[in-house]
Amino acid sequence: MANPARYWREIPQRYRLEAARCASCGEISFPPRLVCPQCRSRKFESVTLREEGKILAYTVTRVGPSQFADQTPYAVGVVELDDGVRIMTQIVDCDFDKLAAGQRVRIEFRRIQKQGDAGILCYGYKCVPM
Amino acid sequence: MAGIIGYGAYIPRNRIRVEEIAKIWGADAPSYKRGLGLEEKSVPSPDQDTITMAVEAAKKAIRRAAIDPREIGAVYVGSESHPYAVKPSGTVLAEAIGATPEVHSASFEFACKAGSEAMFVCLCQVESGRIRYGLAVGADTSQGAPGDALEYSAAAGAAAFLFGRDNTIADVNETYAYMTDTPDFWRREYQHYPRHAGRFTGEPAYFKHVLGAARGILSKTGMGPKDFAYAVFHQPNGKFPLNAAKQLGFTREQVETGRLVPKLGNTYSGSSPLGLTAILDVAKPGDRILMVSYGSGAGSDAFVFTVTDRIEAVRGKAAATRDMLDRNKVYLDYGTYCKYRGKILKAE
Amino acid sequence: MRDVAIIGVGLNKKWGELWNVSLRDLFVEAALNAVDDAGVDHLDSMYVGCMTSGLFVGQEHLGSLMADYLGANPIPATRVESACASGGAAFRQGFIEVASGISDYVLVGGVEKMTDVGGDEATYALSAAADMEYEAYHGVTFPGLYALMARVHMERFGTTCKQLAQVAVKNHKHGALNPEAQYPFEVTVEDVLGSVMVADPLHILDCSPITDGAAAVVLCPLDTARRIAKKPVVRVLASAQASGTIALHSRKDLASIESTSQAATKAYRAAGIGPRDIQVAEVHDCFTIAEIMVLEALGFVETGKGGQAAESGMTALGGRIPVNTSGGLKAKGHPVGATGVAQVIEITRQLRGDAGPRQVKDARIGLTQNMGGTGGSSVVHILGAA
Repeated sequence: MANPARYWREIPQRYRLEAARCASCGEISFPPRLVCPQCRSRKFESVTLREEGKILAYTVTRVGPSQFADQTPYAVGVVELDDGVRIMTQIVDCDFDKLAAGQRVRIEFRRIQKQGDAGILCYGYKCVPM
Repeated sequence: MAGIIGYGAYIPRNRIRVEEIAKIWGADAPSYKRGLGLEEKSVPSPDQDTITMAVEAAKKAIRRAAIDPREIGAVYVGSESHPYAVKPSGTVLAEAIGATPEVHSASFEFACKAGSEAMFVCLCQVESGRIRYGLAVGADTSQGAPGDALEYSAAAGAAAFLFGRDNTIADVNETYAYMTDTPDFWRREYQHYPRHAGRFTGEPAYFKHVLGAARGILSKTGMGPKDFAYAVFHQPNGKFPLNAAKQLGFTREQVETGRLVPKLGNTYSGSSPLGLTAILDVAKPGDRILMVSYGSGAGSDAFVFTVTDRIEAVRGKAAATRDMLDRNKVYLDYGTYCKYRGKILKAE
Repeated sequence: MRDVAIIGVGLNKKWGELWNVSLRDLFVEAALNAVDDAGVDHLDSMYVGCMTSGLFVGQEHLGSLMADYLGANPIPATRVESACASGGAAFRQGFIEVASGISDYVLVGGVEKMTDVGGDEATYALSAAADMEYEAYHGVTFPGLYALMARVHMERFGTTCKQLAQVAVKNHKHGALNPEAQYPFEVTVEDVLGSVMVADPLHILDCSPITDGAAAVVLCPLDTARRIAKKPVVRVLASAQASGTIALHSRKDLASIESTSQAATKAYRAAGIGPRDIQVAEVHDCFTIAEIMVLEALGFVETGKGGQAAESGMTALGGRIPVNTSGGLKAKGHPVGATGVAQVIEITRQLRGDAGPRQVKDARIGLTQNMGGTGGSSVVHILGAA
């Protein structure tokens, strides 16, 4: 992700978890979309996701891409937030042996990536056990 | 009267003990522990930096203040480890808390007193009526050169304060700034680690300015140590703040609540600000607090706060600083510490 | 709509780390083998399945490149991309062009040249099959995504690591009989479980490799094939494709692959048969857990019972329904864009009676299942001896 614009466009989602709720059926899309995946409606309201949820499934990445070398091994998983929305996220500040599906977690603001030594810093959400 | 309307702290989970560092460099751990008055320090994870900690601390301050972030008129971050050399930490912070775009931001730098500077400027903006609320953060992920004395104490943490006029939890009664050109500790551009002047950092640097600012504000307010429930001084190690307290006539009890350094290390721009958050976690309405920061180069900012009735309704809304300090800790070995802190030479 | 037949198949000599062979030469070698096998002297159109020549070798516009180097200018030539299902999707497009009557002789080839970049860039290129902004950005790798699916499958159905390993063992046993495979040797359960853990619970030997390779087939109308074919004719009985969500976390169920179920249902209906009628299959075992979930999605076993298939010998040569007699992606290799076409080739050889030591006796109906990403796209073909 070398282009700052590409990262910058996603800031409302990465920093503030801004999502869109379908005005017809109530399904929340994260990131926001132009068409509701549930009912095909095109009208949405802005919402912000809940910052707490539970782990649906996790795995520990032991061989990872080089931009995550300093953090490897790291846990990553699908978390279902309390409003029913699912996200893919790293799970940090945790003991791998104590992780379990169903465990409660909360969102924390972290640095996700660095574009090398001279590129931009990319921030976003991760989850920590509650 | 203007004052603090919300506060928040963030301390990373990781710790490293003095023994673990001493072992690698062949130093005598007990002497270091005694001499520095500290046992362990906090270490940021590889995905944490001044900005991420500032965001988490700020969110707690906003929760306590219960305000709409869009009404924040200024966001200032003071640090000596801003993630960018050019691009203010405050822009990411302001965006993350939803204060943009009608907000002013700046990065502050003055070694360890950059946080209290941010607080000072926010306060002035609120007092002048220019802004309704201002957010000031002192945060650092400071580095100590491997094997150097500072490696034992350079730690990571953030403290955030929202300033305003309504619903204050601690009014600001007085401020005082004391500053001279004193080269006790510095970092030249493009250098990775700071340098310091050894014992010169004591009496002509830390003590001259901390005592100078403290005496200055006590004189200005006509108050003495007995008028205060708490005092918090900049904490580069466990001993200096005790020494300063003694010289000024404060008791150990008055400084102990805010003296986090033995288990936290020196969080640089977060140092006295974090101590202040720990005090606000337990202070009672009417309590008076003295805070004196110190930044090498050198200078001190002094504040006198009086806690209001509102503190009790507000403080339980977010985690207490001592809880973050004492619970959920993960101890690292030196190798992991070096990996996390980017101290290992890697192939480019 | 006309009936369509496969009259020629060919791969490049061997799949693996082919330092001496370029992207274009890989494709042309396979294509020439297919054209020679077909015995045709001209083509009307061609398709090139390739996931990402752009990220691997910085080359796009493969239709033009391959037609040019095959000496086939000026026939229409089109690149088809559907991540790891690029080959299968390309085959489907070729099938449609012949079935529709627009063309008579269509070449479909798949190719991927993956070793001109280092491991790190290869991982990045492959991650482009996932949601870059909301999956790859957060550091989840492909093994990580399938590991998550494995976790849920194991928790819900009791599938074990040993059962995962047995898929790799079976596919290597088959691959050991395939001289064109990247890894033509056997492995044991202990080898798999003792290999480096990549993303819990998947070990390196649960994962398909990085491979250079190409595969090609020639299609023509069934009537024409009956007249001119030099080898036994194989007919396309059904061609179906379905799309699924790009991101794993958008799926309703993390332990099943709905796009494969949907494509399979359409394919069975079009061919007028059911899963029980399939005698041999090539499925997309990008990871051992993938084969297990695909068997369930194809209806070869009940939901939840996929782990028992390799364990019980059901899907081995000699079993009730041999799966991945070629060695699968695991042992044969997985040059991404070529895989879907190579699957068609293995089934074609089975139906021709030409699979040598891997031959499934009297195979008359076979199935291929090719999928992209974690199931964002699935392509199912059913082939029959004509």
